[in-house]
Amino acid sequence: MTASAEPVSSRVPAGAEAADGGGKRATLREPGAFRPDPRPAARSRMILAQASLETRMLLRNAEQVLLAIVIPALMLIAFSAEPLGTVTGSSRIDYFAPGVLGAAILSTAFASQAIATGFERRYGVLKRLGATPLPRWGLMVGKSLSILAVECLQAALLVVIALAMGWHPHGDPFAVLLLIALGTAAFSGLALLLAGSLRAEATLAVANFVFLVLLAVGGVVVPLDKFGHGAQSALQFLPIGALTDGLRDVLQHGSALPWGPVGILAVWTVAAIAAAAKTFKWE
Amino acid sequence: MHAARRSSERPYAVEISGLVKRYGHKTAVQGLDLRVETGSLTAVLGPNGAGKTSTIECCEGYRRPDAGTVRVLGLDPITEAAALRPRIGVMLQSGGIYQAIRATEMLRHVASMYADPLDVDALIERLGLDSCGRTPFRRLSGGQQQRLSLALAVVGRPELVFLDEPTAGLDVQARHATWELIEQLRADGVTVVLTTHLLDEAERLADKVAIIDSGRVIAYDSPQRLADGTRSQDSIRFEAPSGMDLTALSTAVAPGCKAVESAPGSYRVEGEVTPDTLAATTAWCAGLGIMPRNLAIEQRSLEDVFLDLTGRELR
Repeated sequence: MTASAEPVSSRVPAGAEAADGGGKRATLREPGAFRPDPRPAARSRMILAQASLETRMLLRNAEQVLLAIVIPALMLIAFSAEPLGTVTGSSRIDYFAPGVLGAAILSTAFASQAIATGFERRYGVLKRLGATPLPRWGLMVGKSLSILAVECLQAALLVVIALAMGWHPHGDPFAVLLLIALGTAAFSGLALLLAGSLRAEATLAVANFVFLVLLAVGGVVVPLDKFGHGAQSALQFLPIGALTDGLRDVLQHGSALPWGPVGILAVWTVAAIAAAAKTFKWE
Repeated sequence: MHAARRSSERPYAVEISGLVKRYGHKTAVQGLDLRVETGSLTAVLGPNGAGKTSTIECCEGYRRPDAGTVRVLGLDPITEAAALRPRIGVMLQSGGIYQAIRATEMLRHVASMYADPLDVDALIERLGLDSCGRTPFRRLSGGQQQRLSLALAVVGRPELVFLDEPTAGLDVQARHATWELIEQLRADGVTVVLTTHLLDEAERLADKVAIIDSGRVIAYDSPQRLADGTRSQDSIRFEAPSGMDLTALSTAVAPGCKAVESAPGSYRVEGEVTPDTLAATTAWCAGLGIMPRNLAIEQRSLEDVFLDLTGRELR
């Protein structure tokens, strides 16, 4: 591609590309093609563009899809179909569905987000986006919207599977949404705390390790009371413990808004976001 | 000229005075002053570690100066970042792009941050990125990655672009395509500040060259005038039978000129080269009945000036 190869007749006068509705294609070789005219897009448009891109990038990453969608779905099917001897009383699916929902939120808001953000920081993506008109808070809002979009996908899939397996959810949908929102906020804060301070490889290792540990001890599969009384009283203060406890209180037992877990998640949210805001390095 | 019209609004697009930037105990920039005229193309040259990128990143709002003031388009890059960011284009030295993203997708994304961006397809074509297809960024060639990065810097129709080593790692064709685009930016009234290690790039593109060393601007002028300033160090070279009388030759040419035989049969007359000194040299040879072969005038390039100013040792 050289300048001389461009036929003169195809050149469009400066400004014509905007005026003629695209009848003639601009080639950007005409004089004035790069005439300065910088104007930022509307903030809502920038944020939606960021959310949409992040969602597409996440769904394109096979490992992330495995972590966020395939594994929770398989967990739900495997544990509910196979008696583990740990659950008695109400039907297994009524016990496992809230736990796996909590695990799905943990995987997306914490593990996925920490790993993706860690590598974006390492590759200078956060730095580069910082030079566009998108404000930094807008970037963070975009990330959160993208997390919520993926969670909706996860929740829809898990609910369909659970209902097909005979799940009978109880309780107030508003209480469920509040718990999920608080859990998402708390995990996001922790994810950004990791991703904004550690190297990308360290973030990857720590996020995966913490994810697995929390899956094991967070009441996702094994009820907290199986860990013994002392351990249980500690584990229920973990954000994942509080989230699965709260979701089960509502969805399995039909309780009203469980203030204990809500309070614990709120404290984690405030603490994690405050710490992340203080320590986050953009590059 | 758009450049002329814009220059009536504000004479300088970038004004830096007394800039100091430290990282821990290391001082990267120490008291740097630089003013970039609106609509001009300024090349910032300097050895590795001279403070080029630190200076540019203070202008882009990535670094907070430890002392001094920086104004870009009349704005403070830190406290007035929100007003400044939409108006500048930034090409980072490396990175800045999602590893799994496609070229068109990234360009479209950054374009969506502007109300009236350039036509993305046209820009893709202009920079020869249409062959990238669905290839993720990490698998593009170094040249394709660089050109995408340049496209991101201009897609928002900026008034001012900062290009950090825009042609590093490009092959000859891509370098020329990039130069053409940069020349067009300047012709369309965009102020350009670029850093480079390529002296011929600075010589070809720049209105002004700023040579930075140890965190200060040590020379700032047009490439021509920087080289002209040291014309006394030009020389006339020719080949002739060895063993000619150097003292006689020096005297014959002009007072202050010095003739040396750098290798047997290779002569160099050092000093300001004028039509007179050239004529005197050939006349002297003619007087001896000698044909000066491979006669050439060696003019000092920007590269010689650069090496004189910044030293020849490796950093």
